[in-house]
Amino acid sequence: MTTELKQEAPENSKIIVVTSGKGGVGKTTSAAAISAGLAQRGYKTVVIDFDVGLRNLDMIMGCERRVVFDFINVIQGDARLKQALIKDKRLENLSILPTSQTRDKDALTKEGVEKVLNELREEFDYIVCDSPAGIERGAQLAMYFADEAVVVTNPEVSSVRDSDRVLGLLSSKTARAERVGAEPIKAQVLLTRYDAQRIAKGEMMTVEDVLEILAVPLLGIVPESTAVLRASNEGVPVTLDEPSAASAAYMDAVGRLTGEQIEMRLESDRRPGLFGRLFGRTA
Amino acid sequence: MFGFKLRPRKNARSAQTAKDRLQILLAHERSAGSGPDCLPELQRDILEVIRRHMKIDKDAVEIKMDRGDEWSSLEINIEFPSQGRA
Repeated sequence: MTTELKQEAPENSKIIVVTSGKGGVGKTTSAAAISAGLAQRGYKTVVIDFDVGLRNLDMIMGCERRVVFDFINVIQGDARLKQALIKDKRLENLSILPTSQTRDKDALTKEGVEKVLNELREEFDYIVCDSPAGIERGAQLAMYFADEAVVVTNPEVSSVRDSDRVLGLLSSKTARAERVGAEPIKAQVLLTRYDAQRIAKGEMMTVEDVLEILAVPLLGIVPESTAVLRASNEGVPVTLDEPSAASAAYMDAVGRLTGEQIEMRLESDRRPGLFGRLFGRTA
Repeated sequence: MFGFKLRPRKNARSAQTAKDRLQILLAHERSAGSGPDCLPELQRDILEVIRRHMKIDKDAVEIKMDRGDEWSSLEINIEFPSQGRA
């Protein structure tokens, strides 16, 4: 199977990069939730950690004790891909490819990454690349071969600015940007840590504000939720944890990624507190 | 009215889980006495030893690890062709 001929049915494998530029906005949480959500919908999915030296996807996915070989071992020929893939214990069509905790970013090569991705394309419907923060080697290689991008953004100035920078790189420094006649990467914004109360008070930019600045389609809005920290504490992707506004938002985003038309909705996990209930909106 | 006490406890449980997971993981990562990349070498050595006695495929080796609090396990599965063909 050659990768050059990939222009067929939507069942074909897709490489999705989850990126942001800024750190701490929820890339790994989102990569874990989206890949688990895709697997829950029946797609064979693999999620790859590109953050060489600062491995964390394994913890968020809850498989940190089972890492034997990693992405770098595979690139350098020290292990077979099959040996490095960790099968999720909850979802049989979900696999995790952890990265190395001991090497540095130079261990990633474009050729090596391409070879591994091509091999994964033969087995998986979706390949989710969890990018490191920043815009250096690891982040560039995570996005380079992508077909689609999920740009995780918080409604906050530095995050929006960094997302804009990343959107620029997606449309210039990637295989699809460099190949003449190729469709550009389909980039969408995933707004996370969205706090409806602070937006109502005018303390936080609205969805419209962010979209107007970035000028790309919206994949979803994930509300600030206690469920996210709980899920990461337990090593469970948000979409596999107890139902919450955040898990519902991620499942909607996953549906949209697979091409479904799902209306944007905004739920909140925050119940009005005692004072809120007593004094209503004025509290 | 007493319900409010129950909710923080639930989160406290997940925080304890987080702490336990980190303690186990970091204990393994810090000790790293086994060297960061001893596993590829271990695999090579095992294969080499077995190859001296029987014909096996490079892909036929599966290594699984489970790091625990009290103990860890390393599981190595090697598939080899039935005697007739070896």
